[in-house]
Parts: sequence; C-alpha cells; structure tokens
Amino acid sequence: MGIEFQNVNKTYPDGTVAVDQFSLHVPSHTSTVLLGSSGCGKTTLLRMVNRMVDPSSGAVLIDDEDVAGVEPVALRRRIGYVMQNSGLLPHRRVIDNIATVSRLNGVAKAAAHRRAHELMETVGLDSALAQRYPGQLSGGQQQRVGVARGLAADPNILLMDEPFGAVDPLVRLELQRELTRIQSELHKTIIFVTHDIDEALTLGDQIVVLKKGGEVAQIGTPQQIVESPADDFVAQFLGLDSARRTLSAAPRDDGGWFVSDAQGRPLGVVDSLPQHPGQNA
Amino acid sequence: MNHVIDAFELLADPDAWGGPGGFGARTLEHLWYTALALLISAVIALPAGLVIGHTGRGRALAVISTGMVRALPTLGLITLAALFLGIGLTAPMIAFVVLAVPSIIAGAYAGVESVNPVTVDAAKAQGMSRWQVLTRVEIPLGLPLIIGGLRNAALQVVATATLAAYVGAGGLGRQLFLGLRTQDYAMMLAASIAVILLAIVLDASFEVTQRLLRRVPGLA
Repeated sequence: MGIEFQNVNKTYPDGTVAVDQFSLHVPSHTSTVLLGSSGCGKTTLLRMVNRMVDPSSGAVLIDDEDVAGVEPVALRRRIGYVMQNSGLLPHRRVIDNIATVSRLNGVAKAAAHRRAHELMETVGLDSALAQRYPGQLSGGQQQRVGVARGLAADPNILLMDEPFGAVDPLVRLELQRELTRIQSELHKTIIFVTHDIDEALTLGDQIVVLKKGGEVAQIGTPQQIVESPADDFVAQFLGLDSARRTLSAAPRDDGGWFVSDAQGRPLGVVDSLPQHPGQNA
Repeated sequence: MNHVIDAFELLADPDAWGGPGGFGARTLEHLWYTALALLISAVIALPAGLVIGHTGRGRALAVISTGMVRALPTLGLITLAALFLGIGLTAPMIAFVVLAVPSIIAGAYAGVESVNPVTVDAAKAQGMSRWQVLTRVEIPLGLPLIIGGLRNAALQVVATATLAAYVGAGGLGRQLFLGLRTQDYAMMLAASIAVILLAIVLDASFEVTQRLLRRVPGLA
C-alpha cells in the first residue's frame, strides 16, 4: 500500500530527460521528502502522482492501482495539492478557495463552508479571515489557506511542492511546526518537495536525495542520511562537509558540555557525551 | 459657424426628435444596429477568442487574419455585400460584424492569456476540468480585457453604423445622407453630433463597467 513509482521516465519532446528510471515506494501515512536542487526532477515526480505530468514510460501506482487508468480530474479531486505561492484563486474569498474541491465534488455550499471553517481552525487561521481575498493576506496566511484547501476533501494523499519556499524563515519554521502537528493528527501520505535540507530533516519520515535527472543519491530516514551519507554528493548537499554541521563540544566549569559548530558559534549544552572509542565529540 | 448653431437648434427642437423618421427613432435604430452587430460578433468571436486563449493554439492565425480583416474598407465591403444581397440591413450588418470581430477576438484571447499561469495550474491541480478552468478561472479573471475588446468593437460599430443608411437601411446615417443630398448642412452636422454623443455615452458606460470590475479584488 502507498504510492509506488516503477521505473518512471520523463523525456520532453525537445529531448530533455527530466527523470530517468526512477523507482520509489512511499509508505502510507508517512511523509516522504524529495530533496534536491532545481532541475533534479523532484517537482516532475510529484506531479506524476496526480497526473499533472504523465510519465513517458514506467508507472505510478496508488494502492496498487496504476494512475494512468484513472481519469485525471477525478484523481486530482481526491489528492490534496499545495504549491509554492499558494496558487489561490485571487477573485474568490478565502472560505470559497478552501471550499473549492468540496464544491467540485458536489458538496452543498453550506456544508462545504462548514468544512472550510473547520479546516481554517486546523491550520491555525483566524475565522475572521474567511471573508478576505487572498491578496489581503500575508504570505504565511496564504500558505495556510493553501494547506487548508489541500486538506478540504479529506484526501489520503497530500502533495506539497515547496509550499513554504516563498515565506520568510521565521514564518517557514512556524508553518513547518504546524504541518508536523497536523500530520501527527491526520496521518496523511505526504510527498513533500523541497531544496531546503533543514526542512527535509524536520518533516521527512523518509528522505530521498536526488541528483540531476531524478537519479537517487540516497534514500533513508533523516538520521540515516546525516549519520552515514551515501557519497560526497549527499554529504556536500547536507552541508556535512561545511562548518555548519560539524559540531564540537567543550567541558563546562559546572559540569556538562558546551556545543558549538566548527566556526565557534554556540549551539547549546549537553549533559553528557556518548562514549565513542577513539573520538572525543 | 451658423451651421453649428443651426445644428444644435435642430437637436434642441422637440419636433425634430418625434415621428418615425425623427432623431429619436433614428437614434434607437442606430443603437439597435450597434447592439445587434455586437451580439452577432460576440457569439462568433468570444468562443473563438476564448478557445485561442485557453489552448494557446491558432493565435498566429488569429493575429494575421484579424489584421487582414481590419484593413478592409468598410464602405467597400458594404457596397460589395449589397450588390449580392440587395438593399437593406443584411449587407451593412455583415460589414459591422466583420469590423467588430477582430477586436472582440483579440480582447478575449488577451484576457485569457493575461491570467497568471500559476493560478490556472493550481486550478487544474485541484481537479477542475478544462471547462471549469475556463469558466471559473480564466473568464472571470480575464474579464477586464474581454470587456475591453467589446468596448473597442462597440465604439467602431457605433461610428460605422452611420453607413447602414448608404444602402437603404436606417439609423442616424439617414439624417446625415439626407442632409448631404439636400445640402442641409445643419442636419448633417446634427446627425454627426448625435452619433458622437451616442459613442461617448456608450464608451462611458463601458468605462463605468470596467471601473466597477476593477473594484472586485483579484481583478486587475
């Protein structure tokens, strides 16, 4: 069960290979992050799930059903989609934006609005904003509306394409925390695309590090990837070779250890250090 | 200068407005021609323009063909059509439609194309069908430009509708041609002024519509 990419390839008419021979299993009720820099095909892969892009060869399966056999419009209505810059309809009020998919699915207006109000609460939006237009909201609020809209039809699957890429770092952290909380309540199958390594480490149960052309550099849990990067590419991408993630510890006067990165920036304190033969940090 | 004063005096004279051939009846006739021409043109041009804008196909063809059609002399076209169809409203109506269609097509596809592709992409990804994307996203958001196309067409047709009288139909052109033939320049001028006023009123009402639209959030 879950989402299965089977040897998918995407070659555009001009000969560009966006993704080549990509295979992945995304387990149900977990979140998988596709991590890579631009041009690695991560968005293309994401959009194959709801048939916004059809693979040139190979197949994408949802719960063992090939999506190629599902009518795209019906498929998209049962998959949540959240994108960068929210993609909200600028001429519709927040409440109607959130209710879009419910209304497309034939839910009566009153019921769709009730559900939309519930979702505003879920994503931490003040219900006073319901009657506003997207242009009257801050970037962070717009993204919350985007998430609420993605959840409106109570989909099993949520596709998130750099949803927090365009908001400032503080708001991004807040949105990431909210998403973690929502996921702990709702347990959706999430595929999350990002180029932000910290975001990937925060949100992913499973992280897929991608090179150009959708080539998999490494698949693993956040811990596995930081602990034992598969190659120099992954290490470099994670910044493991840079000062930021190389930590050192120094004993404190009143016990415990003071931790800093390689440039000496203080990070925090730990009570004790794990014993590791031949190393002191 | 006398002609101008005479023309305004004529327009101020209630007798000149009454009766079946008076300014009142002719103005209504003129408006009716304009409205009919716009309606027929819109029925042809709006779907065509919307499809071009939505699919992105046929744009080059539309630009070239509308450019060519715009270069046609309307009076020539009316005369030519009248040679085949005889005296009456049909010949000028064809010419008005030919005149109006390019502006409406251009407005329609420009309107649809003006919608942010990200918004359209998002609408599709939420599960809107092509038809729903067109009717619920592209048309509402492109409305200011779509109306702009209608506005241009209306202005062209209301001015050109004067020529209907050239082949025996009515409208304010009747007064104009009558004045020309009887050397009644005050009447000619009065008819011209009436057409100008009609054009201004029509244009102003489109302006008001567009302004009201601009107040709707999300429509630029």
